[in-house]
Amino acid sequence: MTVEPDAQTTATGVISLRGATLGYGDRILWSGLDLDVTPGEFVVVLGPNGSGKTSLLRVLLGLQPLTAGTVRIVDAPPGRGNRRIGYIPQQRAMEESLVMRGRDLVGLGLDGHRWGVGLRGMRARRARVDAALAEVAAGGFADAPVGRLSGGEQQRLRVAQALVSDPEVLLCDEPLLSLDLANQQVVSSLIDRRRRTAGTAVLFVTHEINPVLPLVDRVLYLVDGRFRIGAPDEVMTTETLSELYRARVDVVRVGGQIHVVGAQPGLCEQPHHLHDEEPS
Amino acid sequence: MDQLFDFDSTIALLSFPAVRTALVAGAILGLLAGVLGPLIVSRNMAFAVHGTSELSLTGGAAALLLGINVGHGALAGAVVAALVLGLLSRRSSEHDSVIGAVLAFGLGVGVLLLWFYPGRASNKFGLLVGQIVSVEFASLALLGGCAIGVLAVLAVIYRPLLFASVDPEVARARGVPTGTLSLVFAVLVGVATALGVQTVGALLVLSLMITPAAAAVRITANPLRATVLAVVFAEVSAVGGILLSLAPGAPVSAFVTAISFLIFLVCWTISLVRGRSRGVATAAVAVPAVPR
Repeated sequence: MTVEPDAQTTATGVISLRGATLGYGDRILWSGLDLDVTPGEFVVVLGPNGSGKTSLLRVLLGLQPLTAGTVRIVDAPPGRGNRRIGYIPQQRAMEESLVMRGRDLVGLGLDGHRWGVGLRGMRARRARVDAALAEVAAGGFADAPVGRLSGGEQQRLRVAQALVSDPEVLLCDEPLLSLDLANQQVVSSLIDRRRRTAGTAVLFVTHEINPVLPLVDRVLYLVDGRFRIGAPDEVMTTETLSELYRARVDVVRVGGQIHVVGAQPGLCEQPHHLHDEEPS
Repeated sequence: MDQLFDFDSTIALLSFPAVRTALVAGAILGLLAGVLGPLIVSRNMAFAVHGTSELSLTGGAAALLLGINVGHGALAGAVVAALVLGLLSRRSSEHDSVIGAVLAFGLGVGVLLLWFYPGRASNKFGLLVGQIVSVEFASLALLGGCAIGVLAVLAVIYRPLLFASVDPEVARARGVPTGTLSLVFAVLVGVATALGVQTVGALLVLSLMITPAAAAVRITANPLRATVLAVVFAEVSAVGGILLSLAPGAPVSAFVTAISFLIFLVCWTISLVRGRSRGVATAAVAVPAVPR
């Protein structure tokens, strides 16, 4: 076997998409997407509802095949068995009756995918879980039922759950949704610390860039099949977004924050009120 | 009433092999129910267990008509029911309505099958309320074999199954085959339910499969501790129920359900009291202590 020309892969990208296209039936979510995320990079994925932000994460997790193009994540095609990816889902209220403590939630992030009962290596497991809990300062409530904890506490446990397996890539799906401002800062600074100390690449899907704006290296903005990739200053401009939305959109910067104002209603298929919560 | 707790006659009855067989059967069933219970409760499958247990009656009725072992028929019926329910209701929001529809139809078929049966079905059909004292050695061997099989499969899939039960979204993201696991688990529950149907009866199988686990999860959120407690509660209910029923010769089911419900009430009370004391503790912190 000869080694194929290396145009399709780069040595540095822990996430690498080439000509990636995803569609359902006639509807194309995005096409021709090229993206390389390097270790330690913080990339935010923005876009209106239904633009395929969460679908991109599903592709990277191997839950959704691409319609065309190639995708590699941590030197392998996505799919089952890639244990070098951490995943933080949206914060959803957990049932109060859930038979699980914070400690169990984190432990499942470490070895919940393995077969067997898991009685071997209990001590080493406990040490790693304790360390992950300490990282997010969750030791104080680790033994309480998760359903009784606040949203912020639950989401800190989610961060510990994603990081306990020492991932090289962290995929986050609106992890700050429905958190108050203080908890948004706690959770995003935990994620930021991780990528600075361990070089974990972060792909962060959100509808609201401002809570993480100081951390962002690059933005991937998806609108109705079109997209733009670049630094926040390049992408989050009136010109670029108006081009993407194919309608007049004003980008206003107020006190270090970015606000996107649609000049006309009904710019795209769905209203792009960026502050709306995206249904799952 | 004297008859109800006659210690001497209980001891005397224990010397009968049939009684000992019944006790062993009860113990096996308690173990199985206790191990599966917390997962059933976590997955909100109580109604599925009820549906499966009633549909095993249909299997039993079919077996009666075909002239094969009623127990084998009940087992097959429960497994088929578990698979059908698992395949039809992939989304949990549809669970209850699908079970209701399948359950009603299945019981209708069962009624029809019994009507076709020329003899008096009730003589051979102890499935509704169970007849544990009539468990024969052959059934005991089947019970034991099935129990070992169920526990062995469960030992292999336990961790990913727990992950998929308590945290399905992240489990899927981590590559856990949640759909396949829920089908496999449905079959395990089906087998255990069918075995329960033959000992305590279809109407009362919930008292062993659900009540002990529901009681256990009231007082702990630790999955391992919940499982151990559920096994203890189920054993006390099953074995205790059989022992208490001996002297008065009363139906086993009545005692098994009474004991398991009593345990549930105690655990429920404990959780209420704890909740209240937690509230008091919080209030005490909030209110500064006044020096006397």
